[in-house]
Amino acid sequence: MASIKIENVQKAFGKTIAVDQLNLDIKEGEFFTFLGPSGCGKTTTLRMIAGFYYPTKGVVRFGDKDMTRVPPEKRNTGMVFQNYALFPHMTVFENVAFGLRVRKVSSADLKKRVLDVLQKVRLESYSNRQVSQLSGGQQQRVALARALVIEPEILLLDEPLSNLDAKLRDEMRVEILRLQRDYKITTIYVTHDQAEALSMSDRIAVFNYGVCHQVGTPTEIYNRPANDFVASFIGEINLLPVQVEKVQQDNIEIVLKNSEKTIKLKVENQAGNGISIIQSDADLAVSIRPEAIRILDVIEEGRNIFKGKINSVQFFGSVVNVMVDVQDVLLRVDVFNTHDFGYFYQGKEVYVQLPEKQLRLIPVISGDAP
Amino acid sequence: MIKNRDTRLTVWLLIPVVLVLIAYVLYPSLRTFIESLQKDGTISLGNYQDFFVQESKTNLEALWNSVYISLLSVLVSALIGIPLAFIFNRYDFPGRSFFSSAAILPIVLPSLVGVMAFMFLYGESGLIPNAIKDLFGLDKVPFKISGVSGILIVHAYTMYVYFYMTVSAAINKIDPSLEEAAFNLGANKLKVFWKVTFPLLTPAIVAASLLVFMISMASFSAPFLLAGGYRVLSLQIYFSKINGDMEIAATQSVILSIVSISFLLFMRWYQNRKDYRMASKGIGAHRSEVKNPVMKWVMVVTGGIGVIILLLPHFTILLLSLVPDGTWTFQTYPTVFNVENYRLLFEDPNIFKPLRNSLLMAFIATLANLVFGVIASYVLVKRKFVGKSFVDILVMIPWALPATVIGMNLIFAFNKPSVFSFGQILVGTFWILPLAYFIRHIPLVVRSTNAVLEQLDDSIEEAARNLGAKWFYTFRRVIFPIIMPGVLSGTLLAFIESVGEFPTSVLLYTISNRPISIEIMNQLRMFNMGQAAAYGMIQITLIVIVLFISNKFFGIKAEKAL
Repeated sequence: MASIKIENVQKAFGKTIAVDQLNLDIKEGEFFTFLGPSGCGKTTTLRMIAGFYYPTKGVVRFGDKDMTRVPPEKRNTGMVFQNYALFPHMTVFENVAFGLRVRKVSSADLKKRVLDVLQKVRLESYSNRQVSQLSGGQQQRVALARALVIEPEILLLDEPLSNLDAKLRDEMRVEILRLQRDYKITTIYVTHDQAEALSMSDRIAVFNYGVCHQVGTPTEIYNRPANDFVASFIGEINLLPVQVEKVQQDNIEIVLKNSEKTIKLKVENQAGNGISIIQSDADLAVSIRPEAIRILDVIEEGRNIFKGKINSVQFFGSVVNVMVDVQDVLLRVDVFNTHDFGYFYQGKEVYVQLPEKQLRLIPVISGDAP
Repeated sequence: MIKNRDTRLTVWLLIPVVLVLIAYVLYPSLRTFIESLQKDGTISLGNYQDFFVQESKTNLEALWNSVYISLLSVLVSALIGIPLAFIFNRYDFPGRSFFSSAAILPIVLPSLVGVMAFMFLYGESGLIPNAIKDLFGLDKVPFKISGVSGILIVHAYTMYVYFYMTVSAAINKIDPSLEEAAFNLGANKLKVFWKVTFPLLTPAIVAASLLVFMISMASFSAPFLLAGGYRVLSLQIYFSKINGDMEIAATQSVILSIVSISFLLFMRWYQNRKDYRMASKGIGAHRSEVKNPVMKWVMVVTGGIGVIILLLPHFTILLLSLVPDGTWTFQTYPTVFNVENYRLLFEDPNIFKPLRNSLLMAFIATLANLVFGVIASYVLVKRKFVGKSFVDILVMIPWALPATVIGMNLIFAFNKPSVFSFGQILVGTFWILPLAYFIRHIPLVVRSTNAVLEQLDDSIEEAARNLGAKWFYTFRRVIFPIIMPGVLSGTLLAFIESVGEFPTSVLLYTISNRPISIEIMNQLRMFNMGQAAAYGMIQITLIVIVLFISNKFFGIKAEKAL
């Protein structure tokens, strides 16, 4: 087990910069996720930790040891590859035993440890099978067992679930978490799937275009996104470009850009929405999650209440998605299916409330491809 | 610096590969080129001037004949191979799969042995013309092959396979829904064929044409035995060398090389062009069953006759091998059959020796091919370095160069001591032939290894390194075992080709170290066709065994590597 420190790391391939100015501090035993769209630099970072790439600049440390230029075979990390990379000419047992054989573990000990870990991943009865005879989920578990059996300091998982079908994916998600808790091992998990990231991680780093935009717990990332990229990449969100009108003691008055009629909103003057963001040069947007918007039948007392018209209604089972047109601004509103949503229909006039506490001002950085 | 550990490994692997390529591919070619510039002790273009403006025009004529025969070979092979590919891949009738695997039978015939079979089948005293003569009571044989027609028939027989295989592969890659879409849009069958199917097959047909053209230009065995007075360039090189006109031989070699290498470059360019083949998922073979009973039986009978024609050469060799020496002289047909030739082959040390020589030399050459091929292919496929395409081209050059030219190159390079032969003269020694066989088959082994290595995901190697294995351990325990079947099938193919290799052998052999092909030639000269055929049968048996092993144990179609 080890903590990982990534200090000012940059990785360039020729002229393209894949990762830039990266600083991460991953704690011992933490389940840490790199999240981002493809080509965002998350896998490159993982491969620098595994030792398959050496950083162009910066330092990678495990604990206090400088690992920046240590070759992969001397790092004692266990990696699970996207395609599992099982050795096709070996049995399940041989695959798992490989790392132990390299470490010259005595044969009695080796057998015990391999069978132990196979039991942990519930494959003990498959030890003599050829890997090609296994299903996708079983191959995945062999790959996990092979990485875990060497008792690595760090477990690296590179999109391990992306080749599985939806149902197996849920099952393996639980399985991976269980094993990670069992072994209490520092784990880095690379994924582009936000549901995986939110449900599994202790902390998440969100990447785009080689830059890490935000590091935080799943709730921080979801509830307090650092900018419009993080906000829109994770979950659904209403993002509306705004201008600040007036900063008051307890709230900030903003005006929506691009709407013909002026819509004024009041936003809580809280830490994240503080003066620092407003005073920076960045363009601003106001964000609100669809489930935070309230739909009212009749007008009520309160702030940020507007009259609108239902544009469309989509039924998703547990959630009903209602698009509401407020003075030509389309708002996405998610309401729970409480069996009586039937009164939402296209063309119906409703009132919507955007609760002050749920509105957040965030800087707009999109389109900033370096 | 540890940082460069991987880079350093690449360099260490690359050094021997590049050294071998420079020493045995590039340097000999350059020696030939330099030799071609020597005229009466001075350096000039005189030899080239002679080649093109010589009074008698023999060289120019030979060049033109080579081109002429090659163009005709392409045409005839295409006319046989393309329709066959269509019939076997688009229609279903009884025996289809048997016929379609029989279609590659010509591969199971070493070139020299094949030509010999054709001589005895269709030549002046051939079995078929004489049988027809006797059957119909004719005065003289109704037809015989010789000269151009002979060469052409042998070429068609062996080379249509290239069209058949490439076009078959292309046909099976066509998504049936493309044609269905065209039908759906109202096109009739003819229109669909010319506007959709045929354009999709063009890349395959062009590739096969270029390949057949190159192979015909290089063809040596067929002209050697059948040409009579007809001159082709590959043969002229041999005659110049025999006559001791080394400078002329060098000039002819350079010109033939230029033609071949420009074809290689053209082919690379053509294949690297972006083509419009689409990777549709799960394309099933779609064959229409032949329903009309008359058509069905016509096809089965034609297929059966085709198989008989394809098998006749093999059968002839078998038959001849059973005719003992001196029992078939003035008779039209052989009369005595026994296994005397085989007995002699294994009991008479003089007759067994060429077989032993060939097997030994082929074994040495193939072992070198295996080691070199695996390292070279690994570096080319899995490592990044500057100048990769240069190394790639060097590897492919022996494939483009006609065997005769490779033989000449080796003579010019190693008829005096050089650094690359450790200060020895190699010509006239045992080692020159294994070296020639090795060079000839570099591309075959590298390419078949490339094919398997490209399939091998990089993450397999990374997984082993991640688990703590050093590079060499990873290579030995993970990479090599995985790629072994593919590597071995390519290597076995190189082995059987080395055993039968004729063109370089005839230029480089020594009396004390005659390979099998030279002995076949000698036996033919002494009209001892029985013994020659027995040697041929040994080769055919070897090839059958190798193809069988590759198919059964490695699940690889070895003929694909050709």
